[in-house]
Amino acid sequence: MSKQMPPEYYQCLEELQAIDFVLVELNLYLNTHPTDLEAIKQFNETAQKSMQLKHNFEQQFGPLMNFGRSYSSYPWDWDDTPWPWQV
Amino acid sequence: MYYYEKKLQYPVRVSTCNPMLAKFLIEQYGGADGELAAALRYMNQRYTIPDKVIGVLNDIATEEFSHLEMIATMVYKLTKDASPEQMKAAGLGDHYANHDRALFYHDASGVPWTAAYIQAKGDPIADLYEDIAAEEKARATYQWLIDMSDDPDLNDALKFLREREIVHSLRFREAVEIIKDDRNTKKIFKLG
Amino acid sequence: MSDANIGKEDYMHSQFKYWKPYVSPFDPCKPILVKSYSTPPQLYMNFQPIGLAQFQSPIQALKHGTLWPQLYSPYPDPHKGVKPK
Repeated sequence: MSKQMPPEYYQCLEELQAIDFVLVELNLYLNTHPTDLEAIKQFNETAQKSMQLKHNFEQQFGPLMNFGRSYSSYPWDWDDTPWPWQV
Repeated sequence: MYYYEKKLQYPVRVSTCNPMLAKFLIEQYGGADGELAAALRYMNQRYTIPDKVIGVLNDIATEEFSHLEMIATMVYKLTKDASPEQMKAAGLGDHYANHDRALFYHDASGVPWTAAYIQAKGDPIADLYEDIAAEEKARATYQWLIDMSDDPDLNDALKFLREREIVHSLRFREAVEIIKDDRNTKKIFKLG
Repeated sequence: MSDANIGKEDYMHSQFKYWKPYVSPFDPCKPILVKSYSTPPQLYMNFQPIGLAQFQSPIQALKHGTLWPQLYSPYPDPHKGVKPK
């Protein structure tokens, strides 16, 4: 049996999914409400929070994005399992 | 261009090996009102829709691809190690004969996906009304899937996807309001 | 975001509607006496007002599938089986 992800992986992942979901919602909302200043502020703050969470996540569990949007360790670890549909 | 992010939009869990549910769920993968149809419809309509609402189509299309991946994950997990006998008993014998356990873009009855499911009329009202209808039909499909499923973990993710159809529908309705607003027309006249 | 809810709730609409279909004495399946259908919030909102109250936490929003409680639509009908008025 190959490696299994620790419980912290699922915890960190869900935290990230939650923050990024707020960004999806605010983004879709702002597309039709471009002058809602409060929502824009919240969007920018949440984007910053998301970047921090992603940084922490990648330190522990490897790259989240391809094509240079994340750094690799040695050896190349972008294509390591598990993929999202496997976890 | 597109980047891939190695995570699902929402956690997908299934409780049991249940190829029968996979057979039903594939409706939202390669069916007429499924996620592939939605993603490709909006992604293609964005080129000719008025600039004010391109973002609405672009971003909802992008989210639909994440939903396609969630549906695929459900189907994959529900059939992963199912035996040919289990596949057969679930009504997936004809699928197995052609595809083994591979996913394929067809609906619950095995009809392959076709571009005839989607339209790009070039008229913004016609296109946005189709998009609103598509969201309501996808919502209805999720309802019937939830009705048939007795898998609580699966239903959790299906309820999420149903709610997303509601939010998308609202955004498309807002896009219609923006498109039809008389004030926009006046502004263009002044500038011209 | 603050709870200050600028977008006023004009009225609370029901998320499900009920109707009683005609029942023939020759219908072979056990008749469903009351049928229902879903009428979610987007049908009534049409354009989301600015400043709607949000769920308390990102996790809560994720779990509901929306950032705004007023856009949330339950399914199946939580009152299923309860006799409609």
